[in-house]
Amino acid sequence: MSISVRNLNYTYNPGMPGETVALCDVSFDVSDGEVLGIIGHTGSGKSTLLQHLNGLMKPSSGEIYIDGECITDGKAKMTDIRRKVGLVFQYPEYQLFEETVAKDVAFGPKNLGMDEKEQEERVKQAIGLVGLNYEEIKDMSPFDLSGGMKRRVAIAGVIAMDPRILILDEPTAGLDPAAHRDILRMVRRIHDEMEIILIFVSHNMADIAELSDKVIVMSEGGIALSGTPAEVFSQRKRLEDMGLGLPPAREIVELIKSKVPDFKSEALLTDEAAEDIKRYMEDARG
Amino acid sequence: MDFIEIRDLKIEFTKIDENGNEVPGKLALDGITLDIEKGSFVAVVGMNGSGKSTLAKCLNGLLTPTSGSVVVDGFDTADDETIWDVRRRVGMVFQNPDNQLVSSIVEDDVAFGPENLGVDPAEIRERVDNALIRVGMFELRDKGAHMLSGGQKQRIAIAGAIAMKPDCIVFDEPTAMLDPKGRTGVMEIIKDLHSEGITCILITHFMNEAEQAERVVVLKNGKVLCDRTPEALFSDREMIERAGLEMPPAIELRDKAGLPETLTTAEAIADYMAGK
Repeated sequence: MSISVRNLNYTYNPGMPGETVALCDVSFDVSDGEVLGIIGHTGSGKSTLLQHLNGLMKPSSGEIYIDGECITDGKAKMTDIRRKVGLVFQYPEYQLFEETVAKDVAFGPKNLGMDEKEQEERVKQAIGLVGLNYEEIKDMSPFDLSGGMKRRVAIAGVIAMDPRILILDEPTAGLDPAAHRDILRMVRRIHDEMEIILIFVSHNMADIAELSDKVIVMSEGGIALSGTPAEVFSQRKRLEDMGLGLPPAREIVELIKSKVPDFKSEALLTDEAAEDIKRYMEDARG
Repeated sequence: MDFIEIRDLKIEFTKIDENGNEVPGKLALDGITLDIEKGSFVAVVGMNGSGKSTLAKCLNGLLTPTSGSVVVDGFDTADDETIWDVRRRVGMVFQNPDNQLVSSIVEDDVAFGPENLGVDPAEIRERVDNALIRVGMFELRDKGAHMLSGGQKQRIAIAGAIAMKPDCIVFDEPTAMLDPKGRTGVMEIIKDLHSEGITCILITHFMNEAEQAERVVVLKNGKVLCDRTPEALFSDREMIERAGLEMPPAIELRDKAGLPETLTTAEAIADYMAGK
């Protein structure tokens, strides 16, 4: 499985007074099993890009290939694309609507034309993957669950279609710290167990640093920076100019470096930064 | 007498059963007693479902107590006669910037509140201009609200609250949907408003925001679990875990690196390391 995006352009209201370029010459590749993190300030084109990846929007020009097959030439079957590419919107819990959790999660598989037995299998598996107990929860109303659980059920609804590419728009936004950690762990587990490509958008730089193999930074509809988390987060000044920042642990590391010139660290996560500090303090004492 | 006095506040949401009858539901707030001093900056934290937003809605009478009372500057929120005296004093800013703008043009939106209070048109002009200047949005006053970024919309929502000249503003997760720059911008405005004497109540999931308040109230299951200064709260790991919260980044790093507990900020950590 792979994704190739080539010279993607999208303009809202072309030729009208409100003409806005939302995507401008966007090209990138994602290979099998990779996790791609996307960052960018509000209005930088992230959500527009995501909606192109499962065919919800058609580019003004440019191509997207999923596993070598072009999905933007008008010939591809939309149901095939959406079966392969699962898109979870921001605050997906607002889209729950069925009477029971099991029915809600089954909605996607049902629309893909699966028979009842297969639907049930998929639903069971998906609910398990998001870390919930199928027997306990299947007959409950999704509206009686906590915020974090609702979000899991909503994500299960997309996973139940067994996508090969899963796209999550701000999966941890608005959650309390404990639910935030749980969802992050869950996303990691889904990726590892389903062996899929994972693409996620986040304003949380620590989440991006922790999960991503590769990061792209969107600005004014284009890709301003891309690379590994280490490469992208070494560009502090450029990120700040785009209204973005570093993971909190790295912010602290940079502050320490400005006051302690011989302290060396490129840590992005708290655990790595703590190790570097410990080592420095031991050397200073020793 | 404190500016806001909350006494044994309970809020119960009723449910409708299969037969269409109202039945008692869950207690969203279960006996909250709190005093909020005039001019203070209080953060309210706790897990999803702990009652934070329900409490926020009680502070200006959007919800009235099932039992107990909320008294704002001497006015009981349960009294219909004086509810506008309460709402004039306590403004609200909610989480989703797209759900709280009412007009298509920025300055019309900010004028909405004072217009409803029946303020004289010349004064409305003055209040709107001042409010927009305070949130740094004066230049964009004649723009369409839909053209703005999330952070800019949130500033407009705050300007709308400021134009009502409230004594207090309740911010219900105002930065949850914003990008990093939008977040710091909104926090700067909240701190400015506090320094100008406006009582600020900030509901948040971000511990680095709670850390900036003078006092942090922790809710759990509709009850006050603790009520302390940020320094006292964030030096008590057992309490943080019990409340389902986390430490601010600098303290988390300090503890993992085994640095002394007296260091509570990133600056202090850097200075300590520089001194070694």
